[in-house]
Amino acid sequence: MQILGAIQASTLPLLALSPPGWGATLLLGLWNSVQIAFGAFALGLTIGIFGAYGKLYGSPVVKDLLAIYTTIVRAVPELVLILILYFAVTDAVNQVLLSFGHDRIQISGIAAGIAVLGVVQGAYSTEVLRGAILAVPAGQIEAARAMGMPAVLLARRITLPLMMSFAIPGLANLWLVATKDTALLAVVGFAELTQATRQAASTTKAFFTFFAAAGVLYLLLSIVSTLIFSRIEAWARKGQRRMGG
Amino acid sequence: MKKIVLAAALAMSFATGALAQQVKVGIAAEAYPPFAAPDASGNWVGWEVDIINAVCKAGAMDCVITPVAWDGIIPSLTSGQIDVIMASMSITDERLKTIDFSDKYYNTPTVIVGAKGVEMAPTAEGLAGKIIGVQASTVHEAYVNKYFAPTAAEVKVYQTQDEANQDLAAGRIDATQADSIALDAFLATDAGKACCELKGAVADDPAILGLGVGAGVRKGDDALKAKLNAAIAAIIADGTYDAITKNYFASSIYGG
Amino acid sequence: MREFFVPRRIVMLVLGLALVVWCVVALRWDWLANPKYQALILTGIWNTLWLLVVTMVVGMALAIPLGFAQAVGPWYLAAPARIFCGIIRGTPLLLQLWLLYYGIGSLFPSVPWIRDSALWPILRQAWPYAVVALSLSVAGYEGEVMRGAFKGVPHGQLEAAKAMGMPRFTIFRRIWLPQALHRVLPTLGGETVLQMKATPLVATITVVDIYAVSSRVRQDTFIVYEPLLLLAVVYMVIAGLIVLLFHWLERRVPTRSA
Repeated sequence: MQILGAIQASTLPLLALSPPGWGATLLLGLWNSVQIAFGAFALGLTIGIFGAYGKLYGSPVVKDLLAIYTTIVRAVPELVLILILYFAVTDAVNQVLLSFGHDRIQISGIAAGIAVLGVVQGAYSTEVLRGAILAVPAGQIEAARAMGMPAVLLARRITLPLMMSFAIPGLANLWLVATKDTALLAVVGFAELTQATRQAASTTKAFFTFFAAAGVLYLLLSIVSTLIFSRIEAWARKGQRRMGG
Repeated sequence: MKKIVLAAALAMSFATGALAQQVKVGIAAEAYPPFAAPDASGNWVGWEVDIINAVCKAGAMDCVITPVAWDGIIPSLTSGQIDVIMASMSITDERLKTIDFSDKYYNTPTVIVGAKGVEMAPTAEGLAGKIIGVQASTVHEAYVNKYFAPTAAEVKVYQTQDEANQDLAAGRIDATQADSIALDAFLATDAGKACCELKGAVADDPAILGLGVGAGVRKGDDALKAKLNAAIAAIIADGTYDAITKNYFASSIYGG
Repeated sequence: MREFFVPRRIVMLVLGLALVVWCVVALRWDWLANPKYQALILTGIWNTLWLLVVTMVVGMALAIPLGFAQAVGPWYLAAPARIFCGIIRGTPLLLQLWLLYYGIGSLFPSVPWIRDSALWPILRQAWPYAVVALSLSVAGYEGEVMRGAFKGVPHGQLEAAKAMGMPRFTIFRRIWLPQALHRVLPTLGGETVLQMKATPLVATITVVDIYAVSSRVRQDTFIVYEPLLLLAVVYMVIAGLIVLLFHWLERRVPTRSA
């Protein structure tokens, strides 16, 4: 172990923030990861809200289509979905544009990453939010309906705020999944944290140092996120009776 | 809610408005020294990067260097995420079925590098019972699978040549096959010096190993192809090509 | 069954079948006839399956002590267990895999006694790293689940056993563990599907699973979508089988609800 320690300690200056250290590159990668994770989480949440309402109150066809969507996404590895969506979606968009006589568009890596992970997140968000909406006491919704509240207002003022406290643990988990899934974009060559780490490691040969450093960055991200979400949860539960437990 | 809607709108408007004449030049997102590798500040440097810049300047093209995973670089071209591949990609008949190529801009021999002190030769008999590592989707993978796989113990496929080199240094494979320049660069490193040595060049098979490295373009993109050909010819004619080569190599790598 | 085949579902099934027929006719599947690829596909599926089974079993075996230590263990056992689970759950599996294979694995050969040991022929291969990384991942996630399950076993049960004079280990073996496992059984199917979805990552360290085989076909033939579609179908079939298996298991286990 002494030898291992000696080999690796000499590589620590490679983590410095300015060249020849790769610290800044890693942090830029982390920033890219956070951006994609946030975008994908938000897109997933948007899909999830519509998906959950569709699954609960949609027409039978909508329900069936959503069931197909969530089943496929939950049964096929993200890595495979990313490859299919990454190539197929950009290809399809460009084919459509070309057939209408437009030029090809360039889809930026960040946007493609957000779109792909967002579709994956959407399926899980749908399930989390559906469960949360079901957990809202029916009496509350019925009371609002009896008062003649329009459907959209009812969703905005009653269902969504009430279900938030039920949904937050699941959503917090999904956010953590989103941050970790951004690592998969390394396989399509996107310069997020894992890819930046891999490039740094292969150029400097300090594999252990860089992968461990990236691990620490991911861990920090997850710890900070957990703290923030527990704040949000406490806020969302404001004014609610504490459940027995 | 407002924030969510905003973020969603951001995510949906994923098309970045690009200038019509902008050319996205795809390079492999993995280090492939001395042709292309990222430096500590994340900029791509190397012989091929310099050549790309020179070609773009000569052709008056507004180029954006775009790193793409090597494994998906051809689908990225055909699906329109990039417009040109300049990533040490050899011009082969197999690839010409899917994409088109410019004229070649370099051509170097293919060699085998193996563990020091282990007896082997760059032939099927010489590599019998050995574990050979190659980079996925390369001419070397095709070559090794055709000539060496039947007698070799195992052919391991890596996403990057760098990972194959790493595993060769770590003793997990016995030999690797790749371009001579890339492997020379590896042998010049401390790890390469310590573990490995050149075992010789493999017998040429132009049908598999191709006719040199060219810039890949989408089929039918003839205007761009003509522009690239003119630019490559221009930088060779005006001496830019040789000037760049001198910065990296002792002799020309344009090849015959 | 009759409720399933309402008119809209029949229309959807017809549309779905039309899509399948279009895929078969319009896309290129000639490579499937190549015996080389057929053999590779079978090898790939086999490797994916055994990796899944072995890592789930090893991972669960590790998760039980991890969960137990966190639930009732003294702090010097609970804290390391909690930190381990936090690290595994807080970092991407892909990174863990690369840390093991390229990070730690590449340090081994610089240590002479490892390189000369009898273990080296195994350590130089890729699959041990895949097994270790995937098993630790299961252990980390399931350790957390088992913690909840151990805590959820009603106290009365344990006290009753204690009152009967049952030795501590027997209580654990006969009461605590079975009840905790019984509690996690309904979630285990889903967790196994999640683990299956993690297996293709091993292709990045040269293990030839079904994902690696599909990449190989993609790279050999430049056919992009068809191998990926086949891959999606294979994973969906495996996921379906896992769900069915656990349904069957759950029905075999008697439930006595209080």
